Amino acid sequence: MIWCLYPNDQKGNPVPRIFFKKFLGVLWVTFNTSRVLKSQIVKGDTNEQALLKGLANNDSKAIETIYKENFNMVQSFILNNNGSYDEARDIFQEAMIALYEKAQTESFVLTCQIKTYIYSICRRLWLKRLQQLGRYTTQVDSMEETVAVAEDMEAHEKRNVEFAIMDRALNSLGEPCKSLLEGYYLKKMDMNALAQEFGYTNADNAKNQKYKCLMRLKKLFFSQYNIGE
Amino acid sequence: MDDILLLDAVERYLNGEMDTEEREYFETLRKNTPEVDQMVVEHNMFLHQMDAYIAHTNIKHTLHNVHTYLLERGDLNEGGEIPTRGKVIQFWNKYKKVTAIAASVGGVIALFISGLAVYFSSTVNDPKLQQLGKDLEEVKKSQQYQGSIINEVKSKIPLNARLLSGGSGFLIDTKGYIITNAHVLRGTGAIVINSKGKEFKSSIVHIDEQKDLAILKITDEEYSPVKSIPYSIQKSNADLGEEIFTLGYPRNEIVYGMGYLSAKSGFNGDSLSYQIQISANPGNSGAPVFNQNGDVIGILSTRQAQADGVAFAVKSKSIYTVVNDLKKNDTAFEKLKLPTRSTLKGEGRKAQINKVEDYVYYVKAYGK
Repeated sequence: MIWCLYPNDQKGNPVPRIFFKKFLGVLWVTFNTSRVLKSQIVKGDTNEQALLKGLANNDSKAIETIYKENFNMVQSFILNNNGSYDEARDIFQEAMIALYEKAQTESFVLTCQIKTYIYSICRRLWLKRLQQLGRYTTQVDSMEETVAVAEDMEAHEKRNVEFAIMDRALNSLGEPCKSLLEGYYLKKMDMNALAQEFGYTNADNAKNQKYKCLMRLKKLFFSQYNIGE
Repeated sequence: MDDILLLDAVERYLNGEMDTEEREYFETLRKNTPEVDQMVVEHNMFLHQMDAYIAHTNIKHTLHNVHTYLLERGDLNEGGEIPTRGKVIQFWNKYKKVTAIAASVGGVIALFISGLAVYFSSTVNDPKLQQLGKDLEEVKKSQQYQGSIINEVKSKIPLNARLLSGGSGFLIDTKGYIITNAHVLRGTGAIVINSKGKEFKSSIVHIDEQKDLAILKITDEEYSPVKSIPYSIQKSNADLGEEIFTLGYPRNEIVYGMGYLSAKSGFNGDSLSYQIQISANPGNSGAPVFNQNGDVIGILSTRQAQADGVAFAVKSKSIYTVVNDLKKNDTAFEKLKLPTRSTLKGEGRKAQINKVEDYVYYVKAYGK
């Protein structure tokens, strides 16, 4: 579950936000918010759920939509806080991955806007990056409300560590093991095709080779993984 | 080799590729041998890791592709490119709704205020307006009456044959020859009315459109030729600044007007007419323009529409030309004789008018 700082009504619309803005009492703001409210009613219920589902299935159309709607916001945030275009892209994509991981869990329910979630993640990621680089000078200005993402961030970081280990293990495996395993697990090729591509006499030979490689990979992985734990 | 077989078994077991018999055997093996069980757990976890890693790689790949694609399409901007749409358009897109609302609010307020203004002002001024309206009705009536004449004076174009046009004219011969403007005589015939309101039938003898002069002859039996005409018709040009007066029929009654000769040429340098400063009204057309001595120096014909008091008179010389033309063409008019001696010289204006007014006629032209 993602919890917004502001509680939502049953439909999942961040109504208090509207009230907060209405508080300002300016005609323009009221008008603007009423527009936001309208789009939220539509998106919050159906559109955003569909988008997240698409994201979880690695659907490029859905990803494109989320990308278009949110990237510029993150980019301007990063740029306004001592970042570069490349860093903005990295941060945003990492946030997208975090959202993707989130969307894949079955218990996942969206309780606030995608925009809010992405912004919160990016903000946190960027703060961390700044701290690491020693560039953290002034308070990062926040223009939007954020949701609490500490737990998600922890999970995400843990996963990142795991992926890094896997990455290292795969890379130190050497050829042709790496390609063979990638062919089997990543590209989902069957044994006959693999035997043909890698020049083994038959599928059984290829299978044996694959298991040898897999055992080596497991060894490499767990040696790191256990230390990590 | 055993390890590989075992690994194969574990993988098949986890993927659900074993048949029931083999599965049952493997599960008992797993239960009895902790090493095998541990291997199953470990491998399951590892396969999950692999899946997650692969998914992670895939999503990264997709994100990268999407980013490149959107960058190419111009949906994203990483500093290098200029936004495809201009700032003004962006601003317009951003604020067009606000602008629309502001405009409609402004429009509504403007309508409301003008509505209020109309409402209140009309109630306040109601009685006055009605009075004005009454006056306007009267003015309108006389204007309708004079409308045709106005058109004649200004445009000289015949509007409709049925319409009566009117103007002034004056005697140039004791036998009842009257000179007037050609543009006064629209239609097929005319009647003339003297200053006492007596009407006479007349016929059109000659029309010279170019000089804008026409000659009528009173054919009415009731008309008795006059003994003499008190004024003369001047052959020479009049002098600048000469004091002039006129008698004409802008109304149903004879009207006196006074002014001076302001230029020796007429509208746009027309050398056949004078420019005179006099208050001329529709109906004055064809009226004689006298100098102080009572000589006719011109025939009032037109006025300048935009300028106040600027009128034009056809030079009296033209009367001679027209009459001579007429005599040449038709021997019946050989006896026509223009007055050459004025008896008005040195008399007071009132006396002059008194003597002259009987010779100035109201000309009414009619059509079928």
